[in-house]
Amino acid sequence: MKQLIELEINGRVYEVPVNPRDLLADVIRNKVGLTGTKKGCGQGDCGACTVLIDGEPVLSCITLAIACQGKKITTIEGMVADDGKLHPIQQAFVDHGAVQCGFCTPGMVLTSKALLDKNPRPSEEEIKRGIAGNICRCTGYKKIVEAIGAAAETISTEGVK
Amino acid sequence: MNKNFNQVGRSVPRKDGPLKVKGEAIYTGDMVLPRMAYGRIKRSTYAHAIIKKIDYSKALELPGVLAVITGEEAPNKWGIVPQTANEVALAVGKVRFWGEGVAAVAAIDEETAEEALELIEVEYEPLPVLLDPKESIGRASEVRIHEDASDNILHAGEQLFGDPDKAFAECAYILEKEFQTSYVNHAFLEPHTSLASYDTQSGQLQVWSSTQVPHYLHRQLSIVLEMPMNKIRVTLPAIGGGFGGKGEASSADFCAALLSRKIGRPVKVTYERNEVFATNKGRHPCYMKMKIGLDKDGYIQAVDFNNTLDGGAYAGWGIVVMFYTASMIHLPYKVPNARARVRRVYTNKPTCGAMRGLGGVQPRFAMECMLDELAEMMGVSPYELKMKNAVESGYRSVSNLHVPHCEYKKCLQTAVEKSGYLDKHGKLPFGKGIGLSGGYYISGTAYTLYQAYKPHTTVLIRVDTEGGVTVHCAAADIGQGCNTVMAQMAAEALGVHYEDVHVVSGDTELGTFDLGSFASRVTYASGAAIKEAAAEINQKLKEVAAGMVGCRADQLEIKDRRFYSKFEPRKAIEWEKVVEAYTNAVGTLTGIGHFSPPRLKGIDLTRGVRVQGANIGHSPTFGFSCQIIEVDVDIDTGRVRVVKVTEAGDCGQAVNPMSVEGQVEGSILFGMGQALYEEMKVDPQGKLINPSLHDYKLPTAMELPEIDSTIVDSYDPTAPFGVKESGEGPIQPTIPAIANAVYDAIGVRFTDLPITPEKVLKALKQKKVN
Repeated sequence: MKQLIELEINGRVYEVPVNPRDLLADVIRNKVGLTGTKKGCGQGDCGACTVLIDGEPVLSCITLAIACQGKKITTIEGMVADDGKLHPIQQAFVDHGAVQCGFCTPGMVLTSKALLDKNPRPSEEEIKRGIAGNICRCTGYKKIVEAIGAAAETISTEGVK
Repeated sequence: MNKNFNQVGRSVPRKDGPLKVKGEAIYTGDMVLPRMAYGRIKRSTYAHAIIKKIDYSKALELPGVLAVITGEEAPNKWGIVPQTANEVALAVGKVRFWGEGVAAVAAIDEETAEEALELIEVEYEPLPVLLDPKESIGRASEVRIHEDASDNILHAGEQLFGDPDKAFAECAYILEKEFQTSYVNHAFLEPHTSLASYDTQSGQLQVWSSTQVPHYLHRQLSIVLEMPMNKIRVTLPAIGGGFGGKGEASSADFCAALLSRKIGRPVKVTYERNEVFATNKGRHPCYMKMKIGLDKDGYIQAVDFNNTLDGGAYAGWGIVVMFYTASMIHLPYKVPNARARVRRVYTNKPTCGAMRGLGGVQPRFAMECMLDELAEMMGVSPYELKMKNAVESGYRSVSNLHVPHCEYKKCLQTAVEKSGYLDKHGKLPFGKGIGLSGGYYISGTAYTLYQAYKPHTTVLIRVDTEGGVTVHCAAADIGQGCNTVMAQMAAEALGVHYEDVHVVSGDTELGTFDLGSFASRVTYASGAAIKEAAAEINQKLKEVAAGMVGCRADQLEIKDRRFYSKFEPRKAIEWEKVVEAYTNAVGTLTGIGHFSPPRLKGIDLTRGVRVQGANIGHSPTFGFSCQIIEVDVDIDTGRVRVVKVTEAGDCGQAVNPMSVEGQVEGSILFGMGQALYEEMKVDPQGKLINPSLHDYKLPTAMELPEIDSTIVDSYDPTAPFGVKESGEGPIQPTIPAIANAVYDAIGVRFTDLPITPEKVLKALKQKKVN
């Protein structure tokens, strides 16, 4: 049943044995050991499991791992720069109080990354629309929206990628 | 009054922020231990049935299955309130709600555990299902949910203060109405997870759990597993939200521990989202009747409150929630005469429990909507009526609730001025409306849930050259940020910087005693204990510093990591140097502080007689707030859209204003969910219809309104650092402010929640007919 597949996660290729039905979130968490990807519902409703696949936000809890071969997967662990510096989105989340319990945070940060990559200067409405698939029960979203706006500002003025 | 703070009052980023944004914070579900097995719980497919037989022989035969347990193996009853403890780890003999655990499996991996559940055969004899509290009471003679509750009522209470009947007889304005609130769940994002590791050699059990109450979990584990507390250690990894839903032990905790003890390996149990809904412990639906009487000048003379709480299958926090709803009618307005008749009823639904703003949200909805209507009857602004009746510092209610400090009027004034309420109310075009509501909540609690006089919090501060400052306290940071706030308060008290302080919390072995995160108690309670512990440390360090700088110890002040003489500021020395000198001479320095809340009797002040349950709702101080909410009601679709929220809150001295704002904004969206979208639905057999985050509708970023919040200038001189609460008060006004705004928009007063588009359209149609 199990087959060995290669998954490229955060620039590194992992060889993992998977069943055809194994979900990407479970493989990332349990087999690769990157537990930053969270499971809040297991049904693609809450967005906590969001990862980027070829730059697009994808719900890893409803994505089959075998379907991700040959694609570039980015998880929250791949957001930090090589020198350990936080990505401007991560820094903005910390500075603006956009983190409380933190369980939605990895998915929220990655969704924001995909949004800003496409639309570097989003309006408030565009930010809200961009993260509408990610549920946060703690913050009331206000500080998250503000943090994303601030990160957009930093990225476009300082040119940080 | 000392407001000359430099660490308290700073909007510092939270301690665990960087780890969380990097995905490096470890939650219980992220943990893997050597030889760890995976546990899953088999759940009932009936809402009310006798368990005739459980056959798990086939499950045990499945390769990879390590153990199966049923309720008989651990039949001791547990409950957060010991007087009404009636829950078991897994059902014994009978199930009382759909989804109740009947057996649990441990296996080498999750897939095997899942497969094993299918192989467990349970034979049920279905019983009639009671889903409505009125029906529960009415049919009690024929269907009984618990043997010891012949009327299907957990508990009923009647409280009388003053003479409400006489007062009503003399009132110029009287309004009596019925209200109904909905069945809502916390929907924290991290499902319950528990990881237990029992060491067969030492007989020691360690449990890592997503709980808000390490201490109460510790106690319940001790009861259910029949183990002394000193053989159990509860540790909290990062917690993905709680809002009250993790304010009790869960069957995940018990099953993980029981299975681990049985097989001598670590066992992890993680709930699926539908299990979070099925085990619920969310807000009690309330069927309320309220009567308010005013004299000709608009002063409240009496309130009569009748509340039937739908409690679901077990007791849980029920009796406490019930008496809180009664207590909550006594503030934030002066009520000289009051009566409350309350009862908490069993039904065959997942149990209700504690949820953000416990016991306050439901009566607040009724009272604030009714005062809005009474103001209209009198021809005055709701603002005027509420200002007239608002309590002030030093107020003592007829039920003996004492308010040492209060800026409620300032909250009302601020929100009204900033929102332009008086220019807009009653003057906006049809479909647009503005509504005002006040609210308050306890800050700290006065009593433990079991009979004990012990301090509610103990803080141990350790100072040495190795760790700098380490604060030990088993409080639970569930995301609200108490570790950050405790560090700020400790830094303030010790004269060092927030960044210098380490906090060791959420562990019953490493941390000193704390009751847990509920009742908006942690900032106040830990703050008091921190102050006491720090004073001990400061005294000892000052004695050493005095010798070093050449002055008397009592002439020294400590600020910005320096000791200096207040008379000769040039006589100064760095804090580290003093610590080094002390450590070299004496060794590690520790200070300890405790907090025991003041207790008041729950009495009727007019007669001086004790009233049952009236001490519930007492607290050292109270937080207050006002919200003014503007809505757009779409006349064609019935959809209510919250456009703007203007909030002003009295949380005492804000330790971390950014964190306070986060609590306020989170509360507003939380309240909007209950007001407009959220409701758990149950089919006629008692099965949950929408136990998923797809079908249970939570607010998303698209629902985020403009929020203008103000922390009003406030300092409670009786509180440590002047603090109050900010986590549960701000949800109180949200629902009634929305309901009042909807009335202002379309002239319809909604008295049941949520205010869905269907209800709005129906009401608009009805209005046209009339």
